[in-house]
Amino acid sequence: MSDRIGVQEDDFSVAAEYAWLTDSNSVDGAVVSFVGRLRDVNAGASVQGLWLEHYPGMTERALQALIDEARARWQLGRVAIIHRVGQLRPADQIVWVGVTSPHRAEAFAAAEFLMDALKTRAPFWKKEQTDRGERWVEARDTDAQRARRWDA
Amino acid sequence: MTERTVTVLFFARLREAMPQPELQLAWNGHGTVAELRRAITAQGREWTALTGDLLVAVNQEMATDDHAVAPGDEVAFFPPVTGG
Repeated sequence: MSDRIGVQEDDFSVAAEYAWLTDSNSVDGAVVSFVGRLRDVNAGASVQGLWLEHYPGMTERALQALIDEARARWQLGRVAIIHRVGQLRPADQIVWVGVTSPHRAEAFAAAEFLMDALKTRAPFWKKEQTDRGERWVEARDTDAQRARRWDA
Repeated sequence: MTERTVTVLFFARLREAMPQPELQLAWNGHGTVAELRRAITAQGREWTALTGDLLVAVNQEMATDDHAVAPGDEVAFFPPVTGG
């Protein structure tokens, strides 16, 4: 199986995920990895924590659909997306996208596409705990714009 | 006789605004997402948060208001997503 999807409360290890991408893989010359982490400030407020809600079942399906789309667009080797859910703290890892391909152009493009696409199409919702109380994060126009860039 | 229902789920800010996070609604098989929304809000004032910039999924696939809804379907309503 060359796709790996995780929706989990537990943290992930970048080293372990890199090993999954590369073990016994002598075909792919390029490995691209991206980690999204929780910052301690957002939209003018100090962030003390984040609650990540998701739609069990649909989340995994949506991520698989994005990987299928990436594979239809680029020649890829192994592809992994791991997204954490539940309660997180500043500096925690939130999301991992890992892609291999024979050459670097496809791996870079696919990893960026997968991040832009999951930000607008995967059913997760963030609730920030700040010094001013709790608030649901609003979807950003910039994320919608970045996702539209990939439309043919 | 088997009861004909749909399962309705709410997420995030919408889940907090509705009286309950999940609901089984009697459904006879004829109707779209738009009609399902009207059936939900017709239950009373406390259900009328189902308005505004909301997305919908039918059986875990993104859908629109004109999508058909059948008994046994799972329909979820939620705000624009903010993962990643």
